[in-house]
Amino acid sequence: MAAEVLNAPGLLEQVAAVARRSVMRTLRQRALLVFPLLFPLILFAINGSALSAATRLPGFPPVSYRAFALAVPFMQGALFVAVTAGTDLARDIESGFFNRLALTPLRGGALLAGQLGGSIVVACVQSVVYLVVGVATGVGIASGVGGALVLLALSILISFGFAGVGTLLAVRFGTGEAVQGFFPLLFVTLFLSSSSLPRSLIKVPWFHAVATYNPVSYLIEGVRSLVITGWDARALALGFGFAIALVILSLGFAVAAMKNRLVRT
Amino acid sequence: MSESGAAIEVEGLVREFRKGPRAVDGIDLAVSPGEIYGFLGPNGAGKSTTVLMLTTLLPPTSGRASVGGFDIVHQGSQVRASIGAALQEAALDSILTGREHLLLQATLQGVAKATRVRRSQELLERVGLTEAADRRVGGYSGGMKRRLDLALALVHGPRILFLDEPTTGLDLQSRTALWSEVSRLAHDEGMTVFLTTQYLEEADTLADRVGIIDRGKIVAEDTPARLKAEIGSPTVEVVPADPSTADAFAEQLAQFGVPSRNGRDSIGVQLPQGEAQLAEVIRALDQAGLHVASLHLHQPSLDDVFLAKTGRKLEGAAAASEPEVQPAPRGRRRRGR
Repeated sequence: MAAEVLNAPGLLEQVAAVARRSVMRTLRQRALLVFPLLFPLILFAINGSALSAATRLPGFPPVSYRAFALAVPFMQGALFVAVTAGTDLARDIESGFFNRLALTPLRGGALLAGQLGGSIVVACVQSVVYLVVGVATGVGIASGVGGALVLLALSILISFGFAGVGTLLAVRFGTGEAVQGFFPLLFVTLFLSSSSLPRSLIKVPWFHAVATYNPVSYLIEGVRSLVITGWDARALALGFGFAIALVILSLGFAVAAMKNRLVRT
Repeated sequence: MSESGAAIEVEGLVREFRKGPRAVDGIDLAVSPGEIYGFLGPNGAGKSTTVLMLTTLLPPTSGRASVGGFDIVHQGSQVRASIGAALQEAALDSILTGREHLLLQATLQGVAKATRVRRSQELLERVGLTEAADRRVGGYSGGMKRRLDLALALVHGPRILFLDEPTTGLDLQSRTALWSEVSRLAHDEGMTVFLTTQYLEEADTLADRVGIIDRGKIVAEDTPARLKAEIGSPTVEVVPADPSTADAFAEQLAQFGVPSRNGRDSIGVQLPQGEAQLAEVIRALDQAGLHVASLHLHQPSLDDVFLAKTGRKLEGAAAASEPEVQPAPRGRRRRGR
């Protein structure tokens, strides 16, 4: 019972097959969608109300704190995507499924790209929900409908970059525990940024310095500018620039790590 | 096939791990097309490491091997195209269904789009998973997972099949069903099967030839019948009705050979002239007035072969062996079975 025709599948076909699996896995595990959605929204609700007094600080942008803070759920969601993407791949490595894939003509890059398919789905759903919830709670998008679409694109790009970080950790360390162990560290980068206050109002020198050198500040400020400022070319250039750099670096290192992980003669 | 006509040919294959043991220590073997080769040994003997090297997932430290006529180091992709493999754990995705697994595997293996669905259905029928095909694998029993694993290994119609401990943890019924399918693949379809196992019965029942590996070295290799014949005559084991007469039993049995105490109550002796001497044993014990609680004639087994070659029983030998190593990134190899 030999299979009739064997042709090495093309790169796109490989990516599509792995991506289809990744998306199916994600959609069938509702917890992967629900909790990363809820947690940032709960924090958004709490911070939006508890930190509203910050708007009275001299120099604070003339918007509600909810509008100021709306960028944060997009970042938190991206961090969850990193953990989900990394844990999924690490589970494949631990279970031996990865070896099964390694015995096919599948290329390492195709495996990574396909594996991120589910992450993109989660990122799309999350971004749309955060935006809708923001608007529903009275936050206006200063850059209009076009800006909202750009916001979604930037948010998905950021999630893609962080998903790359998650897959890098998975490929490098090969265990879900290692990926999850990095999650608090990733979260700290969010708190050591301009997530809660504009950088100009951070008066503690070390915190100000860290927030200034922390790329996460520019990712947040890119998203935030579309919500509270309108079309801010500098903020968008920095936001997209750092997001693209994150994608290139994380996936670049992940592909390199994959060459070691996918040991085949 | 190789120049010698062997489906699998191995010469001086070695795998060393940094700061670790020589997991495979210069093995030589040849497997003919259509043959079932049983690779028998305790946990940690080097079976899985050998399979990982032969399936191209782990580069050897030295030595050479060809699979399907292709060199495992220099022609890895051709080797992978020729083989199917079900590695030690049934590596399945609990979220996907059996059919989805087969379609994914068929796509990645390059099975023509037009035939993937039919091929998947054929394999599901063959391994008896038609009814469970659209259920998630997370709900499958161990036996069902192993059968799906086998189907996945066959999806691209390989000529050579590697099965790494395919029946470990399965109940007798599932084990027998898998044996039957593997036997059919080899003997009806001419597929070469390289099967590792730690079960004596599996090697004995299924394999045309058996290689016994211990601490990375092949200590014996032949058909199961010849290996057992090499050990020679059967052993009679007697349990005295009164344990205090054990010494008297040993004294009587000494006229046939060197008696050995097996456990607390049983005394055994090898019968150099075979089963024909059993009547003499019974007569001698009867004439000495010794009462027997039970008496067993024990034919030589592969365990006896293992004992003769290594000085240890196969069961429990794992504790004395070094751990095997799973593939992991270079520089950060992960230990364990």
